[in-house]
Amino acid sequence: MQYIQQVAFLLLATYAIWLFSKNILQIKKNIFLGKPEDLSDSPNLRWKNVILLALGQKKMFRNKTVAIMHLIIYAGFIIINVEVLEIILDGILGTHRLFFEPLGNLYSFLINFFEILAVGVIAVCIIFLYRRNIMKLKRFMSKDLNGWPKSDANYILVVEIILMSLFLTMNAADSAIQLLGSEHYHATGSFIFSGFLVPLFDSLSVSQLVFIERTCWWMHIIGILAFLNYLPYSKHLHIILAFPNAYYSRLKPMGEVKNMANVQNEVKYMMEPELAPTGDAQPTIFGARDVMDLSWKNLLDAYSCTECGRCSDACPANQTGKLLSPRKIMMDTRDRLEEVGLNIKQNGAFKDDGKKLLNDYITVEELRACTTCNACVQECPVSINPLDIIMELRRSLIMEDSNAPQEWNGMFGNIENNFAPWKLSPDDRDAWTKEI
Amino acid sequence: MQVPTMAEFLAKGETPEVLFWVGCAGSFDQRAQKITKAFVTILEKVGIKYGILGKEEMCTGDPARRAGNEFMFQMMAYQNIQILNGYNIKKIVTACPHCFNIFKNEYPVLGGNYEVIHHATFLQQLIDSGKINMKDGGAFKGKKITYHDSCYLGRANDIYEAPRKVLEAMDVALVEMKRCKSNGLCCGAGGAQMFKEEEKGDLRINIERSNEALATGASIIAAACPFCNTMLTDGVKNNEKEDEVQVLDIAELVASCLS
Ligand code: SF4
Ligand code: SF4
Repeated sequence: MQYIQQVAFLLLATYAIWLFSKNILQIKKNIFLGKPEDLSDSPNLRWKNVILLALGQKKMFRNKTVAIMHLIIYAGFIIINVEVLEIILDGILGTHRLFFEPLGNLYSFLINFFEILAVGVIAVCIIFLYRRNIMKLKRFMSKDLNGWPKSDANYILVVEIILMSLFLTMNAADSAIQLLGSEHYHATGSFIFSGFLVPLFDSLSVSQLVFIERTCWWMHIIGILAFLNYLPYSKHLHIILAFPNAYYSRLKPMGEVKNMANVQNEVKYMMEPELAPTGDAQPTIFGARDVMDLSWKNLLDAYSCTECGRCSDACPANQTGKLLSPRKIMMDTRDRLEEVGLNIKQNGAFKDDGKKLLNDYITVEELRACTTCNACVQECPVSINPLDIIMELRRSLIMEDSNAPQEWNGMFGNIENNFAPWKLSPDDRDAWTKEI
Repeated sequence: MQVPTMAEFLAKGETPEVLFWVGCAGSFDQRAQKITKAFVTILEKVGIKYGILGKEEMCTGDPARRAGNEFMFQMMAYQNIQILNGYNIKKIVTACPHCFNIFKNEYPVLGGNYEVIHHATFLQQLIDSGKINMKDGGAFKGKKITYHDSCYLGRANDIYEAPRKVLEAMDVALVEMKRCKSNGLCCGAGGAQMFKEEEKGDLRINIERSNEALATGASIIAAACPFCNTMLTDGVKNNEKEDEVQVLDIAELVASCLS
């Protein structure tokens, strides 16, 4: 019987981890469909960002209450994983509470600590469910989240509550068994929160309790393995990708727009033809029409997005009712990238599906509304830069499609002819000097 | 008053301490010209040896680049850098955060390397070093003033304190809007929006921002960008508050406090 459990556990865990690795590798492949961008400079500064932004969640603290609540879930999640390590080893070795003997008193302390966290996580998940579904915070009510994204967020909160409850019930059943005396079950004593549940099991026999304890144990670990495999399909991928995304986050001032070296050179050769290389110029495309034209960092951004909507909440265009929503820009990029990734997987190479990120996902009207104010970049807790994608798509609109509003065409013409965005004579540029 | 140009300095075989980059708004826009004149008045008063490019100045290319027209931007950058490097310019001061940002962050990779300073920081330095002397108490002492952060000064380049220090030096009663500093709300002009109609929505961005500024009860809305100035002035007018509330650049405030 014991062996069957061990073998079953091993098979299940191996399969879950294999499946997870496969999906993560697919995501990695998708991310590297993006254009190269060298972000290997300044490792010290980058590690500092990982510690401050990802581990320390610095940006979350722009709203302290939410930051502390999120921190409880996050700490709960990471720290309770120490317990999962024991669960996994127990599963493989057929032991029970493997760490109890080597750790002694520390063991009870740790489990009590985990229980406190577990109760904290349950409480925060309930508050978060309330905020999302009953309080109707603006950023959670947006149409960006219609359908799957809204359910995704709720599923995760519910699953967290179930996992934590299983953990507490398991401990309670364990304590009840200890009271009745059973060899396999170490006398750990009862724990701080699950202790309250023990009286519920008063009338049960050892075998019934063992059944409950085992069921909780199995459901807990199955739940965790399932959660692991749910990540690649969810906004919760950010619990992993927030770290590389913080590492590779932009170190330059937010105001700096990426230079286009190819255009720079073209202009240079036009002005100084003697410098131009001989031979035919390589055809290049300007800006981005689809996900493959964006940089890999843009694509990593898309997979890291938590869909929290802080960006759109701060966006002046979004706040005044324009179509633009930087969160939607990120979600669209991820959706399109998933689609392209699947297309490549099915066809060996990308087969034109008649769609593009530009127009089919993100519309001209959205792109036009951006004031390049960087509020979205400033707000994002996981170092995402929606503006970078907006700029690349805008470039394609203007330079590939010559798609500009009439007023902008006028402005371009004025800059070209009058060296100012208005239709005024360059001779009058210093006219003001005569008036003082 | 004679505003000296770089060409004149060159003819005399001299170099000024700093180039004052006026910018397109500062040169052509009637409202922004007043800011330019106020700033020049301060430079004269303090006795700084400055020059302008005059007719040789051109658009930096900011609105073109942000609209997506990289070609036009590169053309303008190329021409400006030729002129600036031709005069061997070392230091630039400008009253426009967009020009400031582009010189500081975007021209260097194209071969234009200058020490660039925005007039907010420049004025703060002049005040700190005691070169600007305000009339006793200053004309705005105790006045309720709110400051609007320009995106290209604030978030883009982390300059939040300098303009506030300038205001503090005038003993004003600074009241902050809820969305200020890194949370500041855009005026709606950036990203070449200044040059086209807004997309359809519930409200214009400048109205939203002006309402917030007016709600502070301040009698002056201070700005440090000619585009923000235009946007907020329009917003105040839209509220029919132009008789009670003024939108002024920090250079204008300082100029009218000079002793
Ligand atoms: S940069 Fe554009 S998308 Fe981002 S907040 Fe500002 S207006 Fe919105
Ligand atoms: S881009 Fe950042 S701020 Fe916006 S929804 Fe995604 S994680 Fe949140």
